[in-house]
Amino acid sequence: MKFRVERDALADAIAWTARSLPSRPAAPVLAGVLLEATDGADGPSLTVSGFDYEVSTRVSIGVAVVTTGRVLVSGRLLADITKALPPHPVDVSVDGSRVAITCGSSKFTLPTMPVEDYPRLPDLPATAGTVGAAEFAKAVASVAIAAGRDDTLPMLTGVRLEIDGDRLTFAATDRYRLAVRELSWSPADPSAEPVQVLVPAKTLADVARSLTGGGLLTLSLGGVGTGNGSEGIIGFTGGGRHTTTRLLDATFPPYRTLLPTEWTASAEVDVPQFVDALKRVALVADRGTPVRLDFAEGGVSLSAGAEDEGRAEEQIEADYTGDAITTAFNPTFLIDGLTVMDAPVARLLFTTPTKPAVLRPLAKSAAGSSSDGNAETGSDGLASEYTYLIMPVRLPG
Amino acid sequence: MGRSADLPRQHNSGEDAADDTDCPILHVDMDAFFASVEIRRDPSLAGRPVIVGGGTRGVVAAASYRAREFGVRSAMPMGQALRLCPQAVVIRPDHAAYSSVSREVFAIFADVTSQVEGISLDEAFLDVSGAIRRAGRPVEIARAIRARVEGELGLTCSVGIASTKFIAKLASARCKPNGLLVVPAAETQAFLRPLPVGALWGVGAQTAAVLAGLGLQTVGEIAGTPPDTLRRALGVAQGQHLLALARGIDPRQVTPGTGEKSISTERTFDRDLTDPALARLELLRLSDELGSRVRAKGLRGRTIAIKVRFGDFRTITRSRTLPEGIDDGAAIYRIARELFDALGLDQPRIRLLGVRADQLGEGAEAVEQLAFDLGAQVAPPQTPTGLGEVMDRARSRFGAQALRPGSLVPAPTSARRDQAVP
Repeated sequence: MKFRVERDALADAIAWTARSLPSRPAAPVLAGVLLEATDGADGPSLTVSGFDYEVSTRVSIGVAVVTTGRVLVSGRLLADITKALPPHPVDVSVDGSRVAITCGSSKFTLPTMPVEDYPRLPDLPATAGTVGAAEFAKAVASVAIAAGRDDTLPMLTGVRLEIDGDRLTFAATDRYRLAVRELSWSPADPSAEPVQVLVPAKTLADVARSLTGGGLLTLSLGGVGTGNGSEGIIGFTGGGRHTTTRLLDATFPPYRTLLPTEWTASAEVDVPQFVDALKRVALVADRGTPVRLDFAEGGVSLSAGAEDEGRAEEQIEADYTGDAITTAFNPTFLIDGLTVMDAPVARLLFTTPTKPAVLRPLAKSAAGSSSDGNAETGSDGLASEYTYLIMPVRLPG
Repeated sequence: MGRSADLPRQHNSGEDAADDTDCPILHVDMDAFFASVEIRRDPSLAGRPVIVGGGTRGVVAAASYRAREFGVRSAMPMGQALRLCPQAVVIRPDHAAYSSVSREVFAIFADVTSQVEGISLDEAFLDVSGAIRRAGRPVEIARAIRARVEGELGLTCSVGIASTKFIAKLASARCKPNGLLVVPAAETQAFLRPLPVGALWGVGAQTAAVLAGLGLQTVGEIAGTPPDTLRRALGVAQGQHLLALARGIDPRQVTPGTGEKSISTERTFDRDLTDPALARLELLRLSDELGSRVRAKGLRGRTIAIKVRFGDFRTITRSRTLPEGIDDGAAIYRIARELFDALGLDQPRIRLLGVRADQLGEGAEAVEQLAFDLGAQVAPPQTPTGLGEVMDRARSRFGAQALRPGSLVPAPTSARRDQAVP
């Protein structure tokens, strides 16, 4: 095998593939990346693949192929090397059990790994539809933050993805907060039956972030019983990169009933101002102790801490309607939700101090017609489609 | 407890009691509490040396005053205690019983003032400033408490009365057992000066050795030492802390309801454990017992910690803080086992295992992160079924062995042997 490739294209491809390699591989070959040089109908190309039985990654880049072939080398080492190469074309060739990498005047030789032991990557399942890669990444990030990290509750470590016609719905919860986001997309078959799957949250967030290059993202989903080995797998393709991940075999709890349909008080707050105030007041809140919020007409006062420790207080303006309410939240949970919703103004909806509060982004300025009960329907039609539900902390007494 | 018991005893509960002006802090300490509860339960033990503790490699949890005459002290290894006092009656601790009596003791305190800071089951600080108008001078309040504890519960306690918590605690230790001692505010310095440095809060064997190196044997000598000398020898924080205490300065307030900072169970094994599966079984037993004790106080722990001591006495602890407090043995065990498994021990020799609950809060009173109700499958770490409470009730009626996790039920052969013993 022998080929010449542009330095940046190679470095990007290797770095992306190596990123999802396991740090403690189940088998030594899984620490490798597979390099395959082919000369197909679309011209000569190099395909770089990685796999750990959960997540597979594959990216193709154009090269000048001299001879075709495949070789397996340590992914981490190759990533470190390609990242450090000088800006010159890179020549890669295999000589017996060694790979030579030449770039300008630097030359590396690496041992190869037994390519015949490398597992076959799963095929991409059937295409389900396409979605804007940037919107997809934003939607995933805004929901994945609420996913659980406790492996003893596996059903909460995933993001539930619901596909129904031209709507995608993402949902995740760790029992303390619930994030739900809707997004429109272009299904391959608009009349397909609705599908619900559970994707590992961390993998999904990584994938979504790394596939924003291509403008559009293609989702593929294995139909049950198609017999092609792609059941239980979801695939993502964008900008020449393909990745698959195994779906979680667990049932996401019914969550729609958690969303309150009515509330007794609502507040509109400036998000950056509120987040900054929360961060300041939270400085005196010990690990896991709450920030107390007193909402009343005209504003909200934040406080945290205790008399014998540190105490902090701050007031900010808020457009508040309803009876005064005192409630308390884990500041991290609150800051998470406000930050990911990516809006200048947020609306908070309350019923009682021990019931969940709803956070929604307001796309337009708070000075607008806030009396309208559906004011959170923003002008871009998307801002309304995010809901962050947060359980309060019960205060003593 | 052991150290202070070696100090000469003082007592001044008579009518000519010392001046208790500006001495609103009471330290009430039950006398040999666990042992006294056992003696009350079985009066034939009265006057005999009684040691509450377990196993040949366990430690003394409490010793009756008769046993202390032989030199037996709390926290002493059982082996040593039994060499000192071979005729002692050894009783396994029954924490449920001690908790229940403790609640009755604290109920008496609560009648006096709401300013009660529980330190442990058998010890509390009371700030009686607000009760003086209604219930009389601190000395009269202390006498009333002692009379009620003895009259209603058949137990004795000792009370130290002083202007600060630290002095009050020293005073109660000095008048034990069954005593009362006032350290008048004006005489605080005179009271402290002759005490050995070990009487100061925070001075253990190591610090005492450092102080001895400076030629400091008594509290009075510390009080007269230049601050810089102490800071250099002990570090800034501890140097200042000791100097303040030695001069009778203790700004700590009585903080009601603080209660115990942690509750722990631990067990030293007669022979080192080498099988991780057996170690997990012990963790289950300890977690189950810890859950009962945490529930008995109506508390929940937000931090769960394990302690592992190896055959070579190397000791490690690992802890995890949870978003919600837990009080259920199974939930505690889940955390304890994860912490234990994460140690990745290869062929360990385990001498001691312990499980501890920290950051305790009262179930209903404490700050509590609320969670969504997502159904039974998505409910851990706390089992919401009230199973723990049911187990507690069953155990209090039918005995501690009545209801246990299945894996802790002995194999059939030993079960038959249990039944054969009347």
